[in-house]
Amino acid sequence: MSTLLLIEQVLNGLQFGVMLFLMAAGLTLIFGVMGLINLAHGSLYMVGAFAAAAVAGATGSFVLALIASLIAAAAAGAIIELVVIRRLYDRDHLDQVLATFALILIFSEGTRWVFGSFPLFLDIPDALAGPVLLPGGIQYPAYRLLIIAIGLLVAFGLFQLIARTRIGIQIRAGESDREMIAALGVDISKLYTLVFALGAALAGLAGALVGAIQSVQVGMGEPVLILAFVVIVIGGIGSIKGALVGALLVGLTDTLGGVLLPGFFGTFMETSAATAVGSSLASMSIYILMAGVLLFKPTGLYGSA
Amino acid sequence: MTEPLLQIKSLNKSFGALKATDDVSLTLYPREIHALIGPNGAGKSTLIKQVAGGLQPNSGEIWFDGRDVTGLSTVARARAGLGRTFQISSLAMEYTVLQNAVLGALGHSGAVWRFFNPVMGNAPLRNAAIAALERVGLVEHAAKRTADLSHGQRRLLEVAVALTLQPRVFLMDEPMAGLGASGSKRLTGFLDGLRSEAPILLVEHDMDAVFALADRISVLVYGKIIATGTAEEIRSNPAVREAYLGEEDAA
Amino acid sequence: MSRATLINTALFLMLPITALVALALDEPFIITLATKVAILALAGVGLNIALGLGGLVSLGHAAFFGIGGYAMGILAHHAQTFTPLMEAPFLLEGTKFMPVIWVVAVIAGALAALAIGALSLRTSGVYFIMITLAFGQMLYYFAISWPAYGGEDGLSIYVRNGFPGLNTLDPIQFFVLCFVILALVLFCTGRLAAAPFGLALSAARQNAERVETVGLSPYRLRLLAFVISGAVTALAGALFADLNRFVSPTMLSWHMSGEIMIFVILGGVGRLFGPVAGAALFILLEHVLGGLSDFWHVYLGLLLLLVVLFARGGMIGLAAGREVAHD
Repeated sequence: MSTLLLIEQVLNGLQFGVMLFLMAAGLTLIFGVMGLINLAHGSLYMVGAFAAAAVAGATGSFVLALIASLIAAAAAGAIIELVVIRRLYDRDHLDQVLATFALILIFSEGTRWVFGSFPLFLDIPDALAGPVLLPGGIQYPAYRLLIIAIGLLVAFGLFQLIARTRIGIQIRAGESDREMIAALGVDISKLYTLVFALGAALAGLAGALVGAIQSVQVGMGEPVLILAFVVIVIGGIGSIKGALVGALLVGLTDTLGGVLLPGFFGTFMETSAATAVGSSLASMSIYILMAGVLLFKPTGLYGSA
Repeated sequence: MTEPLLQIKSLNKSFGALKATDDVSLTLYPREIHALIGPNGAGKSTLIKQVAGGLQPNSGEIWFDGRDVTGLSTVARARAGLGRTFQISSLAMEYTVLQNAVLGALGHSGAVWRFFNPVMGNAPLRNAAIAALERVGLVEHAAKRTADLSHGQRRLLEVAVALTLQPRVFLMDEPMAGLGASGSKRLTGFLDGLRSEAPILLVEHDMDAVFALADRISVLVYGKIIATGTAEEIRSNPAVREAYLGEEDAA
Repeated sequence: MSRATLINTALFLMLPITALVALALDEPFIITLATKVAILALAGVGLNIALGLGGLVSLGHAAFFGIGGYAMGILAHHAQTFTPLMEAPFLLEGTKFMPVIWVVAVIAGALAALAIGALSLRTSGVYFIMITLAFGQMLYYFAISWPAYGGEDGLSIYVRNGFPGLNTLDPIQFFVLCFVILALVLFCTGRLAAAPFGLALSAARQNAERVETVGLSPYRLRLLAFVISGAVTALAGALFADLNRFVSPTMLSWHMSGEIMIFVILGGVGRLFGPVAGAALFILLEHVLGGLSDFWHVYLGLLLLLVVLFARGGMIGLAAGREVAHD
């Protein structure tokens, strides 16, 4: 395999990784602050994508579409937090799993009801449609570079938010001690709604950004949700840093595994068998990565016990 | 002199800057009640936890019956014969009192990998459980849900479960708490007889019980043992009076 | 007889009565639905051993359901195409003989549960949920990308597999077969819950520290419970694939895991007959609501939400009042 192709695949892996980070960051924040496992996070990703596709279809503006995805997902997140999620904070994980699974059913079928079963399409804006020439003569799609940039920017912003702002202090306090933060006079239920809406907005943004590369359809959030779980297990629950490292690891492993493994097996097997074994193993590679991390650090790379 | 059955050798445990256990050494001989006293936060429960296996020390060793058990799990130490009761009752709360005692008897028998015959119909286990409940005076509550017991009764059930294990050493963390005066007195009498079965490392706040029962007393302050001796020696030890008993008198 | 016992008996008899009435009315489709309920209930009974008794919230049980399905599919596929499963180091042929298929399904499910459980049980709580979900998804993608057995399209079996003395293509005979298996497994599960292992496992769910203190290892108890649970769910998977004469990666998808969990929850967690009630209700809803609207999952979601938020004992819990499970 040529170096150029390899670099291109590494960039693809990075792009996939930062998308996973947008999902995993919200999930891990919500778990860290509220102790809640939210299966419906993938639905918020879908809501963002559909909102973007609808707005882009109506106005033709990609920027407006991205804004719509943020607003729609944040609003949907705030609503489910107020109506359902806040009743679950004191419940056990089983109840949280079931209730948020129920939310998935409602969101998925509800979306199908409104938009129909056919996928929608969200077009990449013309200005970003072409490739960019990178140093070293690599042609790479401008839009994917934009995704990487947005993802890294959001990661930077989140670290700043957590480390430097008042809300960040409250979030960190909420992670370590709920009673203390209530004693500090912080309105904890407002904080929870805010954190949930923030996580939802990130998921919605990810949905819109990816929706322009893939198609926008019901159920699109679920595979991503499960990958985001893998990311969190690898990175450690509650850790934003872990989410970033885990997301990049998973993104790169998945992308490079899919490209390299069939070739690797091709060096000592016949081509068709090598493709079969290689692609099957590639589909399992991130889970094998997860199993490996579990063997050595059951609480994840950056998790506390 | 006989060998100690339980021997703690220069144990250390820190949580960040806090030294919860500071170079603690302690022995427990057969037929002995060795009481561990000290003000709240002195690290008594932390020490018991390290002996029982729930917490790994940073350094030091725990020897039980002539072998080093420091690296063993809680389960292995229980099987070796350490019978522990908890400061905050740790029982299967949905179960009846009898079921909890049967669980202890089952743990002692080790015959847990049986899948077909009802455990509550197993006569040896049931008899062992009932005998233990009788000894602590809980047998009339055998059919009660554990969650419905008073705090004092839960402590007694803890003791009963420990009895079903027929341990070689008892580790008891404040068994008297919540019992009331007459209950404490009864349990004091019971523990007095129990020492002939197995020695007891006893953490207790009830000073009457401690001075009545203990062959030796160790005083733990800020994770350090400041004195070990007989009741008389401890009572007259000036350092102990200042650090601990003095506070009690004032209170 | 307590109210819960009455309800359990009624629930249990409801299935064969439905099937017999359908037989009398010559409604084979209803018999097939009753068979489906029995099989899905069996999958739920399997999950309930881990979830209800052991307190292990596994969101990956579709893995075992699907493994059972593929055990049936692969064996029957080789038998119907007259190709051996493997030739070296020894010859292994496919089979259309149900008892052998079941044994293979149970062993495969148990081994998979052993591997997944050994890793997942190193963690607990929300990690456990996410990890079981992830391993389930791993098998799903593996089944899709592995071309030998149909990949995404799955495998079809032309004729249902055989059982000595029965015509398994006759709906009522296949129903009886599935129902008897369900009854046997329910009986054994009931015994298991009351046996020494059940007492210790259930205690580990309530208080792991207590179990350690009496010298029993919660990890080992849970791992064995997970293995038994996976084996039973795999058996259900083999029967389910036989019912449909078809197996595809859908059986391995995480929606399937969610649905198996819904059977358990709708009926009532930790109740022996809970999955029977839950699966029956689920299939009933699917056909009543599904007839009313294409979007019946919205209603299912709302119902599930209401049960979780307001009726935590499930249906049997509601009907039986405040009785304790596992009596």
